[in-house]
Amino acid sequence: MNQSVEFDHRAPAAKSYAAGLLIGIGLMAAVDEIVFHQLLGWHHFYDRDTTRVGLVSDGLLHAAELVALVAGFFLLADARRWGSSVGLFPWAGLFVGLGVFQLWDGLVNHKVLRLHQVRYDVDLLPYDLLWNGAAALLLAVGVVLTIVAVTRRRRG
Amino acid sequence: MTPVHGHGTSTIGLGTPILALAAVLTVAYVAAAIRLRRPGGRGWPAPRVVAAVLAFCAVSATLVGPIAVGASDDLAAHMAAHLAVGMLAPLLIVVAAPGTLALRALDVVPARRLSRLLRSGPVRLATHPLFAGTLYTASMWLLYTTPFGVGLTGNPLLHWVLLVHFLVAGCLFTASIVPVDPSPHRSSFRLRLTVFLLAAAAHSVLAKQIYAHPPPGTTTDEAQLGGLIMYYGGDTVGLAILVVMFTRQYIATRPRGRLRGHPSGVAAARQHRDDQRNDRHYEQNRAEHLVVGANHGAGDHQGAEHETRDKTP
Repeated sequence: MNQSVEFDHRAPAAKSYAAGLLIGIGLMAAVDEIVFHQLLGWHHFYDRDTTRVGLVSDGLLHAAELVALVAGFFLLADARRWGSSVGLFPWAGLFVGLGVFQLWDGLVNHKVLRLHQVRYDVDLLPYDLLWNGAAALLLAVGVVLTIVAVTRRRRG
Repeated sequence: MTPVHGHGTSTIGLGTPILALAAVLTVAYVAAAIRLRRPGGRGWPAPRVVAAVLAFCAVSATLVGPIAVGASDDLAAHMAAHLAVGMLAPLLIVVAAPGTLALRALDVVPARRLSRLLRSGPVRLATHPLFAGTLYTASMWLLYTTPFGVGLTGNPLLHWVLLVHFLVAGCLFTASIVPVDPSPHRSSFRLRLTVFLLAAAAHSVLAKQIYAHPPPGTTTDEAQLGGLIMYYGGDTVGLAILVVMFTRQYIATRPRGRLRGHPSGVAAARQHRDDQRNDRHYEQNRAEHLVVGANHGAGDHQGAEHETRDKTP
């Protein structure tokens, strides 16, 4: 196995941060799929308004989510097996990942590409506010955790 | 799909030879594995035997039974059959590592012929991720989105040809992404992951395409169910492919030696990374060694014996 991408020379802390980020993105995508598509049935699997570009971007994103989830867990396992402590880094990465994906979904997928909406036949504004507000909150937690993790590391 | 009258007889007529061939290959696999697992043999992991038997089950489910009967006129059953034969069975076959088993179990001369075949240009091209990925994805799109494909699925004879085509294309694709059997010119992890990602994206886009635009001759309900089966079934097997792929990479890049609790973990990790880079052709060398072992065996049995010693820790 040559040219390993995931398991290279980055320090365990940075590697575990990236792992958390990947898991966060994949996890939020899975939550979106399972809770909103399957359980609540709010989202549509396919929307008549969906453009061809939107469809292709959605397909690529969907495949990337699957890869992100698996790659994230293996990367985390890899970061941990090298023996040094990774501290808060994976958690910080996880929250940033969750927030970034939620925000991407809320702004780009829903509003720019108009792939689908949070819910149909209702006033969208409160749903959109709640959706993107939750995203911003998750992202904020991630940023705070990142700062804490970095400061702790600097102090040693 | 247009209902094909009397397809029951043609199902049996063409399904049987394919089923018989699959059965013969599976029996040969199991027999070779049992021989290798006998005391004093070179050994063969039991999970691989299980994978081979499950692969046979997946293939035969598309040849006989309710899915097989429905597959030629119902798009949902057709999709389930294609999922089993084009994705699930190939992954199980690749994990079963029939090539490695054959190299280990065959006599010297046939093993040498096989290793030469595995190294030949056509095989190398066919198992390249870009070639296999394009073949697999393009044939899927042609089948479901062009009139050419619609003509094919209506024909009961070509239905079998298609199943075999998807089994072979699926095996080539999966083997190129997750090379378990020895491959002298293995592509990088990065390339294999990229090709997988693109193929998976194309798969999910096509599933939605079928869901939204039923292929001619299919009802909306059929197409929607078929699209969902393709989408979520593809995800499930895709997840399994990724787990196998990353597990193998994880093991191949493991730190060698003792690291945990080492005072300078990072320095040790770096050292090990360098060691690993020097040793990165480990698997490849091993695979080629196996081939060389078979080659040398013709004159003297030293090569084969050396390989045996390697196997037993």
